[in-house]
Amino acid sequence: MSDTVLDVGDLRTSFPSAEGRVDVVDRVSFDVGAGETVALVGESGCGKSMTALSIMRLVPKPGRVEGGSIRVGARDVRTLPVAEMRRVRGGDVSMIFQEPMTSLNPVQRCGRQIVEAIRLHHPESSEEARRRARDLFGEVGIPDAEARLDAYPHQLSGGMRQRVMIAMALASRPKLLIADEPTTALDVTIQAQILELLRTLQREHRMAVLLITHDLGIVNEIADRVLVMYAGRIIEEGGRRDVLARPGHPYTRGLLRSLPGVVERGARLEEIAGVVPRPSEWGAGCRFTNRCPLAFDPCAGTEAPRVEVGARHVAWCHAAARDEGGRS
Amino acid sequence: MSAGPALLRVEGLETHFPVRTGPLHRVTGAVRAVDGVDLVVEAGKTLALVGESGCGKTTVGRSILGLERPRAGRILFDGVDLLALDRAGFAPYRKRIQMVFQDPAAALDPRMRIREAVAEGMVAFGIGTSRSERTEIVASLLARVKLDPDVMSRYPHQLSGGQRQRVSIARALAVDPELVVCDESVSALDVSIQAQILNLLADLQRERRLAYLFITHDLGVVRHVADRVAVMYLGQVVEEGPVARVFDAPAHPYTEGLLAAAPSLDPDRGPRPVVVRGDVPSPSNPPPGCRFHTRCPHVFARCRVEPPPTFDVDGGMSRCFLREP
Repeated sequence: MSDTVLDVGDLRTSFPSAEGRVDVVDRVSFDVGAGETVALVGESGCGKSMTALSIMRLVPKPGRVEGGSIRVGARDVRTLPVAEMRRVRGGDVSMIFQEPMTSLNPVQRCGRQIVEAIRLHHPESSEEARRRARDLFGEVGIPDAEARLDAYPHQLSGGMRQRVMIAMALASRPKLLIADEPTTALDVTIQAQILELLRTLQREHRMAVLLITHDLGIVNEIADRVLVMYAGRIIEEGGRRDVLARPGHPYTRGLLRSLPGVVERGARLEEIAGVVPRPSEWGAGCRFTNRCPLAFDPCAGTEAPRVEVGARHVAWCHAAARDEGGRS
Repeated sequence: MSAGPALLRVEGLETHFPVRTGPLHRVTGAVRAVDGVDLVVEAGKTLALVGESGCGKTTVGRSILGLERPRAGRILFDGVDLLALDRAGFAPYRKRIQMVFQDPAAALDPRMRIREAVAEGMVAFGIGTSRSERTEIVASLLARVKLDPDVMSRYPHQLSGGQRQRVSIARALAVDPELVVCDESVSALDVSIQAQILNLLADLQRERRLAYLFITHDLGVVRHVADRVAVMYLGQVVEEGPVARVFDAPAHPYTEGLLAAAPSLDPDRGPRPVVVRGDVPSPSNPPPGCRFHTRCPHVFARCRVEPPPTFDVDGGMSRCFLREP
């Protein structure tokens, strides 16, 4: 992709545990270009949401970002003064969440909230701001925008509330939109409409989108590139088609095969044995070792090497390294 | 409907909830959560009940379990109408019909050890003659759902979500039911754990000839587990049939829209066009005529005024005028 909007390098975010601080986000690096959607995918607890919150500098205490760089455009937001960071949030970078009700003020009309968001970053009269709010509501497909501006969040359906949140996120014309499970709480017919909306808006504004999701179906619908996370680390990275059609890491392969609807009806689903290890159980080697069907000698003890399994398609895996070595 | 021996037959089920407004909380209307539902679950088979939030699928399940008071209809289990029974008469059916919920953390008593949670139903129904005999049964059930026997002395919060769901399943099996109502039983689990639970449910069905009423919003799960599927929209079943036919040739525009909206995993296919637009109308004030007409891409004049009856379609039915012979 052309111009890089977000560039994350060696990001580490830690939380305290009985054994001292553990990096729940462990040396994560990736970038997102203008007009590009990158999906960060993984199961609960893998660190994907914490990565997003680290970028926004919203990691809840007692967690903290330990190291690495987070560049948005030319600025490293990790070292930005708090006051300037506040202008970045909801300015160049906006974030939308799974449950709009936790982000919208329940006792304020939607219109007032979005006007506030607009005026925070663009000094304009309240009439101008209200006109812009109405335009934004129209843009995100809220019918009868004028009436909806006067509605309280609870008076709207889940899909409409998510549209309101997207409208607020777009108010500042952000260069980067971080969407954390934006459609997970929505029914499929509503989800399809919201995904379509995100695609359209991104195309029109050439936004960079970082999509956090657990759903590989959504990844397939909307992502250009995919990052697969497991136990705090990125274990595979590549183009959407490559990762989904020719997964390079045994974890990604297992995830895809364990989904109902992929195998023949009634056949057994492939299980990934066991459960994700707790941070206290993370060893020196690959953290997928205890569940991996391909695990062999070096896996538990040494960190998995970076292996190019295709064009701009990378997996961190000893087994993949062995196979590549055997071929060349 | 199907010709097999029906273990459960639901006929014309209506479960409404009063809407109270004003300072005196007068009843001013009703949420017609379930509004004339017919279903058949055959012994040893799986019927999936699928639909979006608010369509009434969970209320159907709760009505079958005696947790709601339907205002009309019949729920025939093994030929006996459960709605005509008094408390004492219903009691044996609490054993024969069990439920596994979405959130096992909420379904299990946080202060009860796993041994007690699994044995609770056995005590209530007089299964096992002594505590030690019941402990043995609990141990074998836990082994069957692939849990370590040492979880017996633990509390629910000490287990993972997947482990808790295995406990819920063991608890349901403890009283040897014939029908298990699974309400979004795998929806809250990560996919790698979901696959483990779905495989377990399939094995148990074969071993024990269990019938499942599988309530879910997940079409991938439906396709994988179900023999037949009933699609609900705004309190009514709009389509019913064998799962392969419904997925390959949906006979109701809503089913078509649902299938089109589900994200696919085929990396060669681009994003799907949106077929069904707008939101679900309120179940307290469903649209006249066909309830789906406000969102239907094929709507015509008659749909707006006349509620469509059910029409036979290839081993099932559809509630759509387009299927009128």
